[in-house]
Amino acid sequence: MQKELRELYQQVILDHNKSPRNFRKIENPTVSLEGHNPLCGDNVTIYIQLDDNELIKDISFQGSGCAISKASASLMTSMIKGKSVDEAKVLFEKFHHLVTAKIDENIDLEELGKLAVFSGVREFPARVKCASLAWHTMIKALEGKKEKVSTEEE
Amino acid sequence: MLLKEENAELKKQLDFNVEKVRSDFPILSQLVHGKPLVYLDNAATTQKPLHVLHSLENYYYKQNANIHRGVHALSQEATEAFESSRIKVKKFINALGKNEIIFTKGTTESINLVAQTYCRKVLNEGDDIIISEMEHHSNIVPWQLICEEKKANLKVIPINETGEIILEEFEKLISEKTKLVSVVYASNSLGTVNPVKEIIKLAHSFNVPVLLDAAQAVNHLELDVQQLDCDFLAFSGHKLYGPTGIGILYGKINLLENMPPYQGGGDMISRVTFQKTTYNELPHKFEAGTPNIAGAIGLGAAIDYVSNVGLDRIARYENSLLEYATNKISTLNGLRVIGTSKNKISVLSFVLDNVHPHDVGTFLDFEGIAIRTGHHCTQPVMDKFKIPATSRASFGMYNTFEEVDVLYNGLKKILEVFN
Repeated sequence: MQKELRELYQQVILDHNKSPRNFRKIENPTVSLEGHNPLCGDNVTIYIQLDDNELIKDISFQGSGCAISKASASLMTSMIKGKSVDEAKVLFEKFHHLVTAKIDENIDLEELGKLAVFSGVREFPARVKCASLAWHTMIKALEGKKEKVSTEEE
Repeated sequence: MLLKEENAELKKQLDFNVEKVRSDFPILSQLVHGKPLVYLDNAATTQKPLHVLHSLENYYYKQNANIHRGVHALSQEATEAFESSRIKVKKFINALGKNEIIFTKGTTESINLVAQTYCRKVLNEGDDIIISEMEHHSNIVPWQLICEEKKANLKVIPINETGEIILEEFEKLISEKTKLVSVVYASNSLGTVNPVKEIIKLAHSFNVPVLLDAAQAVNHLELDVQQLDCDFLAFSGHKLYGPTGIGILYGKINLLENMPPYQGGGDMISRVTFQKTTYNELPHKFEAGTPNIAGAIGLGAAIDYVSNVGLDRIARYENSLLEYATNKISTLNGLRVIGTSKNKISVLSFVLDNVHPHDVGTFLDFEGIAIRTGHHCTQPVMDKFKIPATSRASFGMYNTFEEVDVLYNGLKKILEVFN
């Protein structure tokens, strides 16, 4: 496999694609929101259960999409579970920067932890939206958006 | 892989010199990600042979001028070249007259033209337009727009599990309320070639005209509008090895004559005063403004090229490619072909277990293989088969059996990585 391809489809991504974590529906979630990428037909629904202290007690997803979008949603849910809403927002910013940064920009991968597996995405402009869909949907859900989210809104 | 001798024998039978054809398409001899380009996205657009490229170059180098009404030499030459392309199209689809050939931007505009002129005039509240479940969005949305405006109904002929129109359902749908039937001749996402003669015959028994979307049919099937007896036919130049931005609407003369103009502007008038404008005769009535002159000339050159190679020969060759590819990739565990009609053009849609089409597309790209992934602008077809998308390999006259092997090996590798 070529270098760029290997970096895009890292083993962790292939693994999360094959057995996605938190791939289920939460009954009576605090918030839930559907996200859609009209360009490729990917869709994801994020379910979030918050406790009284604004902690993300449980988070899950369902939907269909490519390996990148599925693994991204899976990793996101496993990273965010147990975090506060503010911490989730910080992670979102880090992730967003990682996949949209210029190719020649140096990024501190160590600081990114598990997120670093998405470092190959920025080499593939067509796939950035695949990686971001779940994250954008999660943030909009936390912001209290009720209508379906689309990657073509911004 | 085919044995060398077997391959040679097959090529002889097919009477098709693919190496010669490939040498006419310079774009094919390049590397993509370090691998020889395998272009299998011909249903999206075809590559252009040198003959077409030279015609465009020649026009801009030596003939460029605006057409019609020019008294100077270049204008006359450009007009001559433009109008001779119309005659080439007329001959290519065996229309009765060149006045039945209207230049448009492409299939989409051709269909919109009929929706906005013919249907605007004949459609009333409660009337029906019939399409099929396998239509491209461009043969759905224009009808939805006019139906909404006129409070008419859009009825849809369902398809079966192999991706074929269910004719009995069409018989149930058509009635005296039907004002137009618009169906695709060959499907871009399933490859199905529809029984358009039967559809036309039945529609005509109700005095209902039929539009054929021939976007995918035009480079595989012989289009004889008189034999088909279709009332309208639409196709694009760029799927016939010609330039983008040029297309054709064929219409029977009596229908076109009674249709109001599409757009207003220059060239579509015979006399303009502020009180009243009289429209130009056909086909100019539907060609407002300076047209895509180079595109029309390029389309004419593409028709010459295709006719020279021989459409029947091309079709035979592509069918054998399709058969070889279908048999070969079907042996892969976890691959399912979508669109299994017996009568197909060389479009091969498939899904892989546990691998999304977009991942297939990215992986194959790194093998130098260009395929299309997604819903192919036929979301209702995806809904019907309960899949979000497919991967689609579509073959043109320059593809080879060896390229099918490259595709097969690429798919095999993907299945190994993902499973």
